[in-house]
Amino acid sequence: MSYVLIVGAKSDIAKAVSREYAKHGYDLYLAARNVNTLEDFAKDITVRTQRTVKLIELDILDYTSHQIFYDNLEEKPLGVISAIGYLGEQDKSQTDFDQAQKIMDTNYKGVVSLFNIIANDFEKRRSGFMIGISSVAGDRGRKSNYTYGSAKAALTTYLSGLRNRLYDAQVHVMTVKPGFVATKMTKDMDLPEKLTAQPEEVADDIYQAQQKGANVLYTKWLWRWIMLIIKNIPELIFKKMSI
Amino acid sequence: MSLMSWGMHPKVKSTVLVFDKTQTLKKIIDEHDELIPYGNGRSYGDSALSTNIINVKPKDYFIAFNEKTGLLHVQAGVLLSEILESFVSRGWFLKVSPGTKLITIGGAIASDIHGKNHHIEGCFSECVKEFLITIADGRTLTCSKEATPELFKATCGGQGLTGVILEAKIYLKKINSQYIDQTTIRTENLRETFEAFEACKQKPYSVAWIDCLAKGEKLGKCLLMTGDFRSDGKLDYKKKKKRNIPFNFPSFALNNLSVRAFNWLYYRKIKEKISQQRVDIDTFFYPLDAIGHWNRIYGKSGLTQYQFILPKATSYEGLKEILSVISKSGKGSFLAVLKLHGKANDNYLSFPLEGYSLALDFKIERGIFDLLSKLDEIVVKYEGRIYLCKDVRVTKDVFEKGYPQVETFRRFRRENKMDEKFQSLQSKRVGI
Ligand SMILES: Cc1cc2nc3c(=O)[nH]c(=O)nc-3n(C[C@H](O)[C@H](O)[C@H](O)COP(=O)(O)OP(=O)(O)OC[C@H]3O[C@@H](n4cnc5c(N)ncnc54)[C@H](O)[C@@H]3O)c2cc1C
Repeated sequence: MSYVLIVGAKSDIAKAVSREYAKHGYDLYLAARNVNTLEDFAKDITVRTQRTVKLIELDILDYTSHQIFYDNLEEKPLGVISAIGYLGEQDKSQTDFDQAQKIMDTNYKGVVSLFNIIANDFEKRRSGFMIGISSVAGDRGRKSNYTYGSAKAALTTYLSGLRNRLYDAQVHVMTVKPGFVATKMTKDMDLPEKLTAQPEEVADDIYQAQQKGANVLYTKWLWRWIMLIIKNIPELIFKKMSI
Repeated sequence: MSLMSWGMHPKVKSTVLVFDKTQTLKKIIDEHDELIPYGNGRSYGDSALSTNIINVKPKDYFIAFNEKTGLLHVQAGVLLSEILESFVSRGWFLKVSPGTKLITIGGAIASDIHGKNHHIEGCFSECVKEFLITIADGRTLTCSKEATPELFKATCGGQGLTGVILEAKIYLKKINSQYIDQTTIRTENLRETFEAFEACKQKPYSVAWIDCLAKGEKLGKCLLMTGDFRSDGKLDYKKKKKRNIPFNFPSFALNNLSVRAFNWLYYRKIKEKISQQRVDIDTFFYPLDAIGHWNRIYGKSGLTQYQFILPKATSYEGLKEILSVISKSGKGSFLAVLKLHGKANDNYLSFPLEGYSLALDFKIERGIFDLLSKLDEIVVKYEGRIYLCKDVRVTKDVFEKGYPQVETFRRFRRENKMDEKFQSLQSKRVGI
């Protein structure tokens, strides 16, 4: 077995995904900023699974570094999973463009920059899988988080186009749309228990769906139906709502 | 946040505190009192409940493993199930394991848990080489039986009242199969049950399932299960999908009749006097884990487990008396687990002593605590004791009579000002 590359590796979802893939026999490249803070976590995986874990520094906003980052991987990965995400603050993003820009750059531009490079390699090799963690927030703009939601919507569209493009090359592209997940990012929010997934459940879903070759994964599954309803509320009514 | 343990009673308002570094933990301890560590909430009662709880479960890193000696170094929030997932296929198993694998290492040490092999291997503390603990003054210490014997003896079985365990080094044991050769012996009464236990003393694992509603002649009839690991080299241990009880059952679901029916069916399933089965680790050690949240069967008001132990000399008399009271009351449980224990260790509050223990689940309903108080009297009369990690109601007086080293424990807490910081609902009730 060989390597899976996980970017945004410090997030709780990424950590759960890392453990899941290692458990199933994959070695890992974990990439993030200040990645050395993951040393204990890397050791955790190695003791649990006896897999190799390599830590690699990556700043997703430093676009020019991405090609070098990828070229430097001695053994190219079998697949890549992006857990890059930055929620930011909606209010702030409405008055402070720096905040808006950081949300857009992190959630969208950064991933596109890196995924383009990897997609070109996978296309040439005619194999590989690419998983982008987007969000149900990208399915419809809501006043409470539409800056973040719009960046995720852009990412969702990008992934769907990439899937279309790479179909012929047999490269599998999967879009993951988590609903509420109990993580550091959401720890101060009051989330409904029944709709909130643990990172481990999300990781398990991602692994299963990737093995099956799914295109779009909602996790928990209930969110597919919730979003179906939310997407279909007429704009005339939706704009007056507070959800 | 409203918090509870496995028995779902009581539910208490509690502030949940988490920490990343030891400095944060020190700060938490400095700034609060009435603190208690919380693992995976698999204790039944109120030993992990307090105004402020320190959630240790997120500390779940594996740190190192030595293939030669079987010494595993982990953080205290690691679950036993995670250890099994990683190590059974590599030929290792826990030296001591309780009837559920969904508990943390911290919880295992704090309750000094016992398994089906207590008569041979003793309590969990036997496999603990050392642990790292943050105590009341904010210091983080490495504790071992040799270097810091008092802290060790107070912490193992001390129900989180000495501080927060952060990491532990524990020995695993080698196995050559994930299958167990199980022998089931069916007995007709308590006398036969005792004889069967004594006859199987050499078997590494043993436990009996008692029909606690049987009366008269049949009082104490049981299925005794003994076993040992096979040596067939089959180690493929996979996580099974489990079924979940999604909501609390309405209270009528668990009446006397259904318990009777269950007992009867279970007992009848095994036809022969002695039979052999080959079962896997999960079936033998963790039958209840296959059904997630089975505690919800007891309904919203919850359940309690009554587990007591009697010294060998008084076990037969005492059990007979207790079983008669229970069968007369008509209040029974799905589970009445009888176990033979080996010698007690010197930890101040560890539960096991040489003799027999019985554990029964009771639905919390009117009159139940009166019944249990009646049982307490018998336990005291026969010089037995109650297991703290299952308890939610025992009185100070009854508790003290069972634990001769309680004064040593109290003194140790006072001297180290642990009593000013670490308290649970239980510790206040029983005065420890
Ligand atoms: C189905 C079932 C079967 C069981 N079978 C057995 C059995 O066979 N034998 C047996 O002995 N027990 C048994 N138990 C009881 C269980 O093993 C103990 O209650 C165990 O302590 C629970 O661990 P936990 O991690 O869930 O801890 P919690 O329930 O969260 O806490 C239990 C105690 O440990 C303390 N604690 C937890 N973490 C730490 C830490 N990091 N540092 C310091 N203190 C800490 C808490 O303060 C509390 O006092 C069983 C329980 C269940 C639900």
